[in-house]
Amino acid sequence: MGLFTMTKRALANVIGKPATLMYPVKPAKQFERSRGMLEITIEDCIYCGLCSRHCPADAIVVSKDDRTWQVDRLRCIICAQCVDVCPKTCLRLVPEYKKSVAEPPFVDFFQGPPAPPKPEKKAKEE
Amino acid sequence: MKDQNTTMRGIAVSDLVKETGAFKAKGCRLVQIGCTGIGDAYEINYTFDKDYVFETVRITVHDGDVIPSIAEHYWASFIYENEIHDLYGLTVEGMSIDFGGHLFHTAIENPFKNPPEVTKVEKETPAPGPEEGDA
Amino acid sequence: MGRQIVVPFGPQHPVLPEPIHLDLVLEDEVVVEAVPSIGYIHRGLEKLVEKREYTDYIRIAERICGICSFTHSVNYAESVEKVMGLEVPARAHYIRTILMEYSRMHSHMLWLGLTADAMGFENLFMNSWRIREAILDDMEMATGGRVIQGLCTVGGIRKDVPDEMLGQMSDHLKEITPQMEELCKIFSHDTSVRHRMRGLGVLTKEEMWELGGVGPTARGSNLPLDARCTGYSAYDELGFKPVVEKEGDCLARCIVRARELMAAADLVHAAVKKMPDGPVDVGKIKGGPDGEAFFFTEQPRGEVLHYVKGNGSKYLVRHRVRTPTFANIPPLVKMLAGVDLADVPVVVLTIDPCIGCMER
Ligand code: SF4
Ligand code: SF4
Repeated sequence: MGLFTMTKRALANVIGKPATLMYPVKPAKQFERSRGMLEITIEDCIYCGLCSRHCPADAIVVSKDDRTWQVDRLRCIICAQCVDVCPKTCLRLVPEYKKSVAEPPFVDFFQGPPAPPKPEKKAKEE
Repeated sequence: MKDQNTTMRGIAVSDLVKETGAFKAKGCRLVQIGCTGIGDAYEINYTFDKDYVFETVRITVHDGDVIPSIAEHYWASFIYENEIHDLYGLTVEGMSIDFGGHLFHTAIENPFKNPPEVTKVEKETPAPGPEEGDA
Repeated sequence: MGRQIVVPFGPQHPVLPEPIHLDLVLEDEVVVEAVPSIGYIHRGLEKLVEKREYTDYIRIAERICGICSFTHSVNYAESVEKVMGLEVPARAHYIRTILMEYSRMHSHMLWLGLTADAMGFENLFMNSWRIREAILDDMEMATGGRVIQGLCTVGGIRKDVPDEMLGQMSDHLKEITPQMEELCKIFSHDTSVRHRMRGLGVLTKEEMWELGGVGPTARGSNLPLDARCTGYSAYDELGFKPVVEKEGDCLARCIVRARELMAAADLVHAAVKKMPDGPVDVGKIKGGPDGEAFFFTEQPRGEVLHYVKGNGSKYLVRHRVRTPTFANIPPLVKMLAGVDLADVPVVVLTIDPCIGCMER
């Protein structure tokens, strides 16, 4: 049986398609549920800081006074814990991966819009 | 979903080897030995199993106590006992293989040791945010 | 009688994906004694439990190991649920079971590949990893992660896996089953594999019981020890029988894993067929765990134990994990005595060492 199986396998390998994807030419497989990277709709954020308190990797820094939200891409383990706790559901995980970079900044910084006009408090300018 | 049959009881340190011998005579297997720091003392759990009935006996020891090894009944206990010695700084007497503190190469010596009593100085961080620094 | 010399093995060695160090005491070419030492990647994850809320910590518990990640998260969740007395809905249990079997398949296929590579059988290595890729894709489709699934949470699962998707997964599995069967046949019948592994590192059933070996390592010695028999999650309803082999050598441990592929696929099909409807989590959980609990599950590598202790606050006091590799170190030490130096890599690999999870 040995020779026969071997020939069959060899033929299949020669004629068949490769098992791998030609990656940069063909895009990698992605699914709707894939956890690729974290994104924020900064307009909806209320800077409550819940996401940074629940992050197991301490990747998020939120500043209420400056109205900023930042995530350290190297620390983030893409666990979606912040997505689950956010009260405004302004965080989400998208299937695309963050493009690789060669040098800093590795921290993504988001500056929120100035606070809605409230007479007693104005957002600081960066 | 069935519940797992686990029991737990505390015993005196001096009874440990005798109790272990009883488990051995029953034909039990050593499942684990695990140490837990509780404030100023340590609980050490010895788990045995036969037919998926997991029985745990617990001894409570303090810093500086000498724990008898159960190696005379279970040769394989050395791995757990060395772990306890390396991570918690407790002394185990009569291990079948004594690594002399070289089983775990940790950056900090005895990282899981109960911290000595210190009076905490209040830091000026108002928010109860997650603390920095991993063990 | 030759002179004794000590040959260091590891922490960096071509067959070892992870660092473990063995001091091999040799007499001529034969190992007399092996002394392991570990701790190169001790990460202190157990200590971290004091700094993270118990619901967030499950993400860290999952990352104890990169291969058995899902089982770790289930085990942690189950032990916390046991302390808090939460009744998890049946559907969540079934989905957990399915994914646990999926991770078993992908772990065993990874291991079979690595073993083939250690033997120098490169083709077989690529073959089993190609089959594994289909499993990983299905897992990513269902959960969002290839190796770190992140689906399990305290009190259930995060996101339901709809029935159509389960059907799709089961269909894919049926497609690759012939390939898995062929793989199993190669591992049990191929001459090169048999030459390399038969009669190597033999431990009898009694020795294995004595030394506390677990998982496929124990089952290769005819010891039907499998934590799935305790019937956690949905295993009690699926009719499960441990796979055992008699010989107790490296080949037997290898065949156990290969045969478990098929057993796992059967369990997945059975679970998909029986899948109950209903919610997948218990909703909002109030309060913190107060008390302590042990919980055992069967990982791809063997029985794992999580011990949690809480004091009613949101932070657990202690989390202890006894991973299967840790329990398999004493059998490994015994197995190594008497084998040739050239066979050491294969013997070390047959306990499926996962050093990352051993040291947490
Ligand atoms: S939890 Fe949501 S709303 Fe709150 S700071 Fe984070 S992103 Fe903003
Ligand atoms: S995905 Fe997880 S690790 Fe990343 S920022 Fe959110 S909580 Fe932190």
